[in-house]
Amino acid sequence: MHKRTTGRWSAIGSIVGLVALIAACSPVASPSSPSAAAPSSATNPSAAAQAPVTISVGVLRPGATQEAVDALNLQISEFEAKYPWITVQPEEYNWTAPTFTAALAAGTLPDVFTIPFTDGKGLIAQHQIVNIDSRVKALGYADKFNKNVVVNGEDASGAIWAVPIAAYGMSLTYNRTLFTQAGLNADQPPTTWDEVRAAAKTIAQKTGVAGYAEMATENTGGWQLTTFTYALGGRMETAGADGKVTATLDNPATKAALEKLKAMRWDDKSMGSTFDYAWGTINQAFAAGQVGMFTGGSDLYTAMVQNNSLKPADYGVTTIPLVGSDAGVLGGGTLAAVNVITRDEQRDAAVKWIDFYYLQKLLTQEGAVADAKALKANNQPVGVPALPIFDKATYDASQQWIKDYINVPTAQMTGFTSKIFDQPLVTEPVAHTQELYAALDPVVQAVLTDKNADIDALLKKADQRVQAILDAG
Amino acid sequence: MDPEPILLQARGPLRSGVAADGDDGAARMSTIAEPVPVADQARARRRARVRVSRDGLGAFLFLLPLLAVFGLFAWFPIIRAVVMSVQETNLVSVPTFVGLANFGRVLADPQLGIAVRNTAWFAFLALVFGYPVPIVLAVLMSEVRKGRGLYSALAYLPVVVPPVVSVLLWRFFYDASPHGVFNSALGWVGLGPLPWLQSGDTAMPSIVIESTWANAGATVIIYLAALVAVPPELYDAADVDGASVWQKIRHVTLPQLRGVLLVTLILQLIATAQLFTEPLLFTSGGPNNATLTVLLLIYRYAFQNSLGGEYGMAAALSLMLAAFLAIFTAIYYRLTRGWSTSS
Repeated sequence: MHKRTTGRWSAIGSIVGLVALIAACSPVASPSSPSAAAPSSATNPSAAAQAPVTISVGVLRPGATQEAVDALNLQISEFEAKYPWITVQPEEYNWTAPTFTAALAAGTLPDVFTIPFTDGKGLIAQHQIVNIDSRVKALGYADKFNKNVVVNGEDASGAIWAVPIAAYGMSLTYNRTLFTQAGLNADQPPTTWDEVRAAAKTIAQKTGVAGYAEMATENTGGWQLTTFTYALGGRMETAGADGKVTATLDNPATKAALEKLKAMRWDDKSMGSTFDYAWGTINQAFAAGQVGMFTGGSDLYTAMVQNNSLKPADYGVTTIPLVGSDAGVLGGGTLAAVNVITRDEQRDAAVKWIDFYYLQKLLTQEGAVADAKALKANNQPVGVPALPIFDKATYDASQQWIKDYINVPTAQMTGFTSKIFDQPLVTEPVAHTQELYAALDPVVQAVLTDKNADIDALLKKADQRVQAILDAG
Repeated sequence: MDPEPILLQARGPLRSGVAADGDDGAARMSTIAEPVPVADQARARRRARVRVSRDGLGAFLFLLPLLAVFGLFAWFPIIRAVVMSVQETNLVSVPTFVGLANFGRVLADPQLGIAVRNTAWFAFLALVFGYPVPIVLAVLMSEVRKGRGLYSALAYLPVVVPPVVSVLLWRFFYDASPHGVFNSALGWVGLGPLPWLQSGDTAMPSIVIESTWANAGATVIIYLAALVAVPPELYDAADVDGASVWQKIRHVTLPQLRGVLLVTLILQLIATAQLFTEPLLFTSGGPNNATLTVLLLIYRYAFQNSLGGEYGMAAALSLMLAAFLAIFTAIYYRLTRGWSTSS
């Protein structure tokens, strides 16, 4: 285990070191040197709570509004009031594949950070995050996690290394104002892909902006093409009985999805002129009224309000049209993990923070109300649609608890909220997910920027590339 | 000081002198007369050696911080990269040595061919369009009598703007919709709209235009300095011979700049081989790898996979690029040695 060696930490560390062993009453015993265990203090458990500890938490999205910062600070002060010996330092943090890798390798990630479901298993296998199983179990509600969700943060033996904090289902986000301007009914969003295509064409012709847009860079192209493929009944990987995973990128559903994009782009010319969107930039373009429809997570509303000054009246969200019996909606989510370069008492504090900041609001009325109050007081969205982290009953109850604080236009979200629980949820490809997405980015880009792109050849090449990665293990 | 070794040393030339000059008395006289200055020289040399080593220690002490910094931030990473190129590592677990496997995997990667082609394409475009621009600007500016400082400042300004800022600005200019800045301007003269960064055909030329704009200023300053060094008599002589402005440029200015031109050419070629910031920020290497350069491929090896990248492959390709550039530069200097000195 590494220890931080900056001056600040060594100063705090020398104090903490003396008192560390006193924390023997905490769920996991600290392995500090026995010599530090002064018998007198060990017999005084009340002093244990007083060992000051500081943790950095990656919670502020870069470019967040002052109101978002204020809401966070309010929650941090509440946390520090509850655990007076813990100091929480908020840091700017936004997960993207390249920045995360660099920060991970450099050891500059915050003590608590978030990762997509897709990275849980890999980071656990490489021991790049901390096993917090006993600490999480000690919270007393680990058995209430939705099994399909918590598995993303578990190792092979079922120990929890990372805690699920949010889950999303893919959705079709659409701009109600553009729909109205184009003469479409914003309360009746498209329910089939033909309707999506027709609406996109109408919006492009009537308003001049992109009727439909697709993310294509920073691995998001592959992510969205996978979403589209699932909706048409295809899969990107299949696992054999022996557990061996085979790449199936050149499946008929993916081809059909690309053909649909090609038709919208080149026949209808309804996809505008920007084809290098990533997660952040497509949100920005949507909030600026430059995109009629796009597929993305159902939880985008928060980010678009916090970072892109979305006008709530513009926002509408509905489910993605599913075709055929194998079709499903791609579901993913976020895990909270603890940095491997932390000391034991920091890990204790980190799990307390994860419990307080991410989970209590989903679990208890007190936590839900406190969270909603803090957000609402600072004009932050309350009531954005998500998928349950715990069982459905807990989720429904949590929606009831915050009923009075909801400040998002829920009526504009019923297209999604009324139907999402009827859609079969399909997890993201399990093996080498981000590499698979990366291999598909150029395919999406080619179809959107080259009229003569050979879809079959592109998919075959990408499939070979991913299969080689899978074979290498 | 013991005189004995000096004497022995002194006899050296004496004997050889005798052997060489045979029995010639005069020669013997002259060689016998030499021992004293030889001994002086030896003493002086010894004193000098002592002084040098004392100075050396002082100089070394003063150099130490710089050497430490240089070693830590330049040589240590280079050595680390060499070591890493034969390792499989995620920078967290203990690395394993894999021999030359990383090099083999890089060479077998189909993306390498694309990256090399794209980098060569950029180098070619940058050479054709980017190389003459600073020369023309510098020659024109050197002809200007008033406000040369202002023009220098204007030419240099893009260099002052941080690359990330200028790339993001140009990204905005390159908006491919008809309402984009450049497309609006093209629209006034009935052209466009061009897809700029949104098409594989135009993405690389778009990057060349921006990088020419961004980098020309620094080269202009070098050329301006070199132009000042051109002896005015040459122009006077050309005037007397009735040379036109173009003839003066052709027969006086450019030949006089030849040495500088050759150096800036190799510097530019090295820089184009290391093109990274622009494709990363403009296009992330897209669309469909049309702007994937060698350096961006190195970056992708290292950082595209969020679970810890192929740092070994990244180091291996970095070394191959460095070796290529070193060899290329050596050949270049060998070939152009004659041109740069003789006229």
